[in-house]
Amino acid sequence: MSGWGRIWDALPLLLSGAMTTIEITAGGFLIAVALGLLAGALLGARSRAVRAAARVYTDVFRAVPVLTQLFILYFGLVEVGVRLEPLQAAILGFGINGGAYLAEVFRAGLLSVHHGQTEAAQMLGMTRLAVLRIVVLPQAMRIVLPSLANYAIGLLKDSTLASAVAAPELMFLARKLVDRTFLGPQIYFSVAVIYLAMSLPLARLSRLAEARAGRGRR
Amino acid sequence: MSDPPLVPRPEALVRAVRVGKRFGETEVLRDVDLSVQPGEVLAIIGPSGSGKTTLLRCIAHLEHPTSGHVEIAGERVGAVLDRGHLRPMSDREIARLRQGIGMVFQRFNLFPHLTAIENVMLGPVQVLRRHRSEAEPLARELLRKVGLAHKADSYPERLSGGQQQRVAIARSLAMQPRLMLFDEATSALDPELIGEVLAVMRDLARDGMTMLVVTHEMGFAEDVADRVVFMDHGRVVEEGPPRELFRAPSHARTQAFLRAVIDRQAMAEAP
Amino acid sequence: MSWNILADSMPQLLQAALSTLQMTGLAFLIAAVLGLPLALARMGPGLPGVLALGYIETMRGVPQLALLFLIYFGLVPLGIALRAFDAAVIGLGLSGAAYLAEVYRAGVQGVEPGQIEAAQMIGMRRRAVLRHVVLPQAWPAVLPPMGNYLVALLKDTSIASIISAPELMLRARDLSSEYFLPMDYYLLVGGMYLVMAWPLMQGTRMLERRAARGRLQGEVR
Repeated sequence: MSGWGRIWDALPLLLSGAMTTIEITAGGFLIAVALGLLAGALLGARSRAVRAAARVYTDVFRAVPVLTQLFILYFGLVEVGVRLEPLQAAILGFGINGGAYLAEVFRAGLLSVHHGQTEAAQMLGMTRLAVLRIVVLPQAMRIVLPSLANYAIGLLKDSTLASAVAAPELMFLARKLVDRTFLGPQIYFSVAVIYLAMSLPLARLSRLAEARAGRGRR
Repeated sequence: MSDPPLVPRPEALVRAVRVGKRFGETEVLRDVDLSVQPGEVLAIIGPSGSGKTTLLRCIAHLEHPTSGHVEIAGERVGAVLDRGHLRPMSDREIARLRQGIGMVFQRFNLFPHLTAIENVMLGPVQVLRRHRSEAEPLARELLRKVGLAHKADSYPERLSGGQQQRVAIARSLAMQPRLMLFDEATSALDPELIGEVLAVMRDLARDGMTMLVVTHEMGFAEDVADRVVFMDHGRVVEEGPPRELFRAPSHARTQAFLRAVIDRQAMAEAP
Repeated sequence: MSWNILADSMPQLLQAALSTLQMTGLAFLIAAVLGLPLALARMGPGLPGVLALGYIETMRGVPQLALLFLIYFGLVPLGIALRAFDAAVIGLGLSGAAYLAEVYRAGVQGVEPGQIEAAQMIGMRRRAVLRHVVLPQAWPAVLPPMGNYLVALLKDTSIASIISAPELMLRARDLSSEYFLPMDYYLLVGGMYLVMAWPLMQGTRMLERRAARGRLQGEVR
């Protein structure tokens, strides 16, 4: 087990990969939240066609592996003349995929707020938008927050798949290192520890959010 | 119907004119005429499914009548006269109309993410744009009035049903409404908690608030209401001063209903 | 025209889809079986509880791909050389066990405490209470998340292609680079995943509705 000492030499490279991992996770998360809010709202639209379109988006993108979606974006689009950088493809791919997933989460959050809350707010003379902003969303967010945190953890882990489209994130750099140094067990173990270290704060956040969601409800 | 057609006095604060409401096949309200004078306390009684709650919700514009209409202080609820034509009210216009109407719900509907005092302050601060320093003393005063000054900083989950309902009343009063609607405000409460809520409502009536009270509490209706309306199958069957209606109901349906209710209450009160 | 090439590849792709289903089934089996003792340990006291929690939290924090690499490449220097397919099944199964353990736990803890007390008061032993009262009631709540897990697992088997385990995604990668038709192949394969996942998603949705109804009826009674 002589290789463990040499891990120190590899650490700076691995940590720079971890930064890229965080970049992909954060970028994908933001796009996913934006798309998820939009699609989640459209799932409850008045127009049947709009609802159906939102439903197709959420169902199709949740039924196909995210790796396949990344390949379509990165390798597939080249065939039609669109060349995305690995990082772009990864962030976009995770964002679109995550939006389909979060749409359901947001929808469920909004529906979980009892309609009596809306009526009480309306009777105070609030406009529909004010009701949503002041009364419904704050309550829905409490319900949604644990799921959002869990999604972020999942995304952090899934970002490893970006290595398959050559995005220079933690997993990708680790594989390169292994090829060069043949320190497979040591490097993959270190990588696992780094992921754990990144996901633990998120897991803590998620538990905190769950505890808060449990409070302040009848 | 043997009653003479009701001629509403012009100063009526609430006027329901031939209000009808159907949900799909079921007709919940049929040609209901009703008026409430300023300062009057009107109790609506009747069996479940008689349309009392729906009528109240039509007045609050939480339901929209399928025929007829409601007026509040001469203003038509849900529609405005615009260049000679009636058009539906905008979201903003409805909101403005509702500012003058307080509503107390069966299930309280307090905002669970806000404390008692924040619940009471929400309307003045968010809707009337009052400054917090101005809204807070008012909210405290109202909580004191409903006997809950000491619970100002409690979240709803920490309050009993009766306390929650009293906060809900304070929340409505904070908007300084000219009309208060009570939709079975005590029906979801444990028996021992009903009294405290009725006491608050009684005080409110004494202060001259115009109140429309849908209730199953016959004692309250008899003591506090100026007038009682009995509804059944979506119609107003009979109305009158509580003493007359309770002592000598003229319709068989009213008699049957009152007998059943009074029997039940007598049984509940028996040792 | 690429249609011919795609059509010619279909037998190979279908064969590969079969491998995907096999991998899914085997990993699911490992996860479902291993998850049960894990859940029981997690709910119990003492060292087993702590170990189970540690295992679950670790699996929750480590990416499946890292786990697959660790099992496939990482064990070789220690003298353990697994076939890529087996490494994938084991890796997916091990991480799934942690997930399902939590699902089982949530299901068991969702059973009304009064149910357990009632069973104890008619003299049932712990084990009997679990078997005859708790598990039958936990089951309906556990099935929908299990279905969701199965769908996720089906998709996650695609990750195994990165360690060259023979399944649908790997076959698609090989073919697309052979004929240089990435868009066509990946769309096609995406469609194949869709066809496999769709019935599972619908089934899960049905289970969810049924579980929700069951809760409602329970309240009314």
